[in-house]
Amino acid sequence: MFFLIELYAFLKLVNPSWFHFSLTFVFIGNVEMGTPSVLWNIAKKCFTVGVITLTVSDLFASIVQVRGTSMCPTFNPKTNSLLDSLSEDRVLVEKLCLRNYKLAHGDVVVFSSPNNHKEKHVKRIVGLPGDWVRTIYDVVHVPEGHCWVEGDNSASSLDSRSFGPVPLGLVKGRITHILWPPHRVGSVDRKSPQNRVCAS
Amino acid sequence: MENHGREAMARASISFACYTSPMPTYYRPTMSVLGPSMLPTLSITGDVVLVERLSHRLGKLGSGDLVRVRSPLDPNKTLTKRVVAMEGDKVPKGHVWIQGDNLYVSRDSRHFGPLPYGLIEGKVFMGVSNAKSIVSGFVHRMS
Repeated sequence: MFFLIELYAFLKLVNPSWFHFSLTFVFIGNVEMGTPSVLWNIAKKCFTVGVITLTVSDLFASIVQVRGTSMCPTFNPKTNSLLDSLSEDRVLVEKLCLRNYKLAHGDVVVFSSPNNHKEKHVKRIVGLPGDWVRTIYDVVHVPEGHCWVEGDNSASSLDSRSFGPVPLGLVKGRITHILWPPHRVGSVDRKSPQNRVCAS
Repeated sequence: MENHGREAMARASISFACYTSPMPTYYRPTMSVLGPSMLPTLSITGDVVLVERLSHRLGKLGSGDLVRVRSPLDPNKTLTKRVVAMEGDKVPKGHVWIQGDNLYVSRDSRHFGPLPYGLIEGKVFMGVSNAKSIVSGFVHRMS
């Protein structure tokens, strides 16, 4: 039993959304409880499913909820003051791009915030290493190993214009599709801003 | 019986996949280290170090720890350096200051500035030198 509690704490710390998803599957399949061997079987199945979901969500793809309006109109276009959990967009984040960090201009990426590693942000890549990006006041050079990100809704977006270029090592995945709400399911296209970037 | 055989195969293949996967963020304990930037602690021609990947997530990282970080200059490379200062007066929030032990040849925070905490991948807690003896407690905290 203690093993289950430790596993619970570990998975919750590491990946809360996938944890709930995988556990419901396991418990639905094991209705009778009681004898120790049944509990041990449940524990083994929990562990296996946990490891599999962790590996899949790290290596291939995971599903993420997008909060806030900094990427209007691409995500969360309706700006109601009560953006409740059900109406926020869920998107598919693919991790295959992280093998060689092959990202392109206009990709929407998920990255850990440079100021707080526990927060994750969703923005669009405007500049790649070596580019010169024009901001309002000057032209910024994107250093080696970094990228310049900006939200689609420039008015309410905290992005590279405030915290500077983001190291590519902080990028955790690239968003390829919107999965929820159903009427906006589809792929997320690359959009490059005009006349703002001088690629190297 | 057949079921056990299949289960064993499944377990073996899962652990194989986890161990050799290219993005082992949680569970790959050993790494090899190259380069002169950490002399005399780690040797030039490759020591194997044991890296644990949980402390930095739990916030149990302090100055003096050897860490494995993803390089801010090239995301495909990882560096092994020592954390000299955590966030505070001179180091901005959410960043750490890392330096190699061999200051003359190390490229570290003195060149690329404070490192965002999110680039830290693990803490080195033991090293195996290339000499024949296994040295434990090889990595000691410097205050």
